[in-house]
Amino acid sequence: MAYISEKPGIGIRLPSIAARSAARPTRKHKTVRGDGTFSYGLPLLILFFLLWEIAPRLGWLNPIFFPPLSDVCRSWIGLAESGVLAKHIGISLQRAAIGFGLATIVAVPLGFLMGRYSLFEKISDLLVQTLRNTSQFALLPVFILLLGIGEASKIAITFYSSVFFLLVNTISGVKAVDPLLLKAARSMGTSDVDLFRKVILPASIPSIVAGARLAVKSSIFAVIGAEMLAAKSGLGYLIQQSQLMMETGDMYAGILTMTLIGLIVNYLLVWFERWATSWKGQSDTSPH
Amino acid sequence: MDRIVVSGIRKTFQLKPGQYVTVDGEETDRVTVLDGVDLNIRKGEFITLVGPSGSGKSVLLDIIGGLTQASKGIVQLDGTTITRPDPKTGYVFQQYALFPWRTALSNIEYALEVRGVPKRERSDRARYFLALFGLSGFEDRYPNQLSGGMQQRVAIARALASNPEVLLMDEPFAALDAQTREILQSELLKIWEKINTTVIFVTHSIDEAIYLADRIVVMTARPGTVKEIIDIDLQRPRDGDIRSSTEFNAYRARVWEALRDEVNKAQKDWALSPAYAN
Repeated sequence: MAYISEKPGIGIRLPSIAARSAARPTRKHKTVRGDGTFSYGLPLLILFFLLWEIAPRLGWLNPIFFPPLSDVCRSWIGLAESGVLAKHIGISLQRAAIGFGLATIVAVPLGFLMGRYSLFEKISDLLVQTLRNTSQFALLPVFILLLGIGEASKIAITFYSSVFFLLVNTISGVKAVDPLLLKAARSMGTSDVDLFRKVILPASIPSIVAGARLAVKSSIFAVIGAEMLAAKSGLGYLIQQSQLMMETGDMYAGILTMTLIGLIVNYLLVWFERWATSWKGQSDTSPH
Repeated sequence: MDRIVVSGIRKTFQLKPGQYVTVDGEETDRVTVLDGVDLNIRKGEFITLVGPSGSGKSVLLDIIGGLTQASKGIVQLDGTTITRPDPKTGYVFQQYALFPWRTALSNIEYALEVRGVPKRERSDRARYFLALFGLSGFEDRYPNQLSGGMQQRVAIARALASNPEVLLMDEPFAALDAQTREILQSELLKIWEKINTTVIFVTHSIDEAIYLADRIVVMTARPGTVKEIIDIDLQRPRDGDIRSSTEFNAYRARVWEALRDEVNKAQKDWALSPAYAN
């Protein structure tokens, strides 16, 4: 009975994705690099790095607080060669990954329930909205009190930072499944389990993956923040500690590493998103 | 022998809280779309269902397909009362309803997958039906890489792949251009003549209704009932030229005669329709 739409007016016949796009020749997807924006953007980026190099040298900025880029690079190589950098990167990424993984395990099934059963959503929505709008950093002291200063509190904050992106996007993905596809599936005698597995899940994958992209970013940002506030390892700790020790070269090397990781992860996720939704036949995701 | 027996089907929709419509000068939050439909359909018959908008053709199809429950009355398929989608029934929709993340082949396989057909056989049968619709070579195309006509061929192939005894078609060609529509009508007839499935086909097009049908069921304006059943005694197999024959013209006049008053009534009723239209 749950699927029989007795209510008039709700079964608005949305044109299916298939119907909206008539015959279209197979199109090779644009690759991230292939869209030309990289070469357009390069000059300004080079200018920025150039300014970074000469501003401290010309005394526009205090080189103690703002060392030239070449000094930062030297510090970076030093950190990399000593193995310190790899260790911190590994720890930070591990914390982010565990938090994100746990968030996926919790958020996707929960999102399915909330998206599919309106009563479940009505009951839980207010609580979710309340939690979602509480800053993860405001909760760090709570996590530390409850879970101690160790790994658990760091994983908790990365979990908290990513879980709502996944949850909200799973819910909206499930809700946006074309009712006609559900009707077609039911007309073929699809069981409830198969309906989830073979229709609702694949139909909501694009939305879930888009949420995962935001979630991964958010969990990486959160782990850096948490490590700056309370940790003895990780990239955030490295940046914070270098600042306290006035090792500004190391500090900027840490920041640059963060940026680089952010960029790489983002492009990997964009690539993954395009791969996972390749049946859409068009790339409407921007790398932002 | 009657394959499908529709008796006393009535369907009333309850509007959402706060929604009202005016029916016969009275405010109400309930709309009756079907009001006592009786219909017997023989095995292997091709039935077309015509009627003005809002006459409940699609709702009737959904009830026969087990997708919607009737408010009153029963539908029997081979003597068994229908309460849910029957594995012996295939359904084709106007908007194709293909799964966009599955290829053409895999869309057809889906119908067999959920019925528990072994993998090997699934693939063979799906390929056979693709070939039947002239779509060999398009196995690995996604729906959005196919034209509307090709998508609907895949959708019909998907409905037929499970060898249904009843095929329900809800304005399947309405979204296609005129040429593609006529081609698909002929293809459908050719294939139907081979497999002899019982077909119930909803359409707005009088020509389509005549060309395809053994019998045309004309529905009244809302609340829908069967107004008239018109036997179409045109020889089979039929080809496209039959449309310009005198007999065909006579049928055209007759069906339109049956429909005209109902369409006029439905026009006055149009303000109501958004409230319960699909």
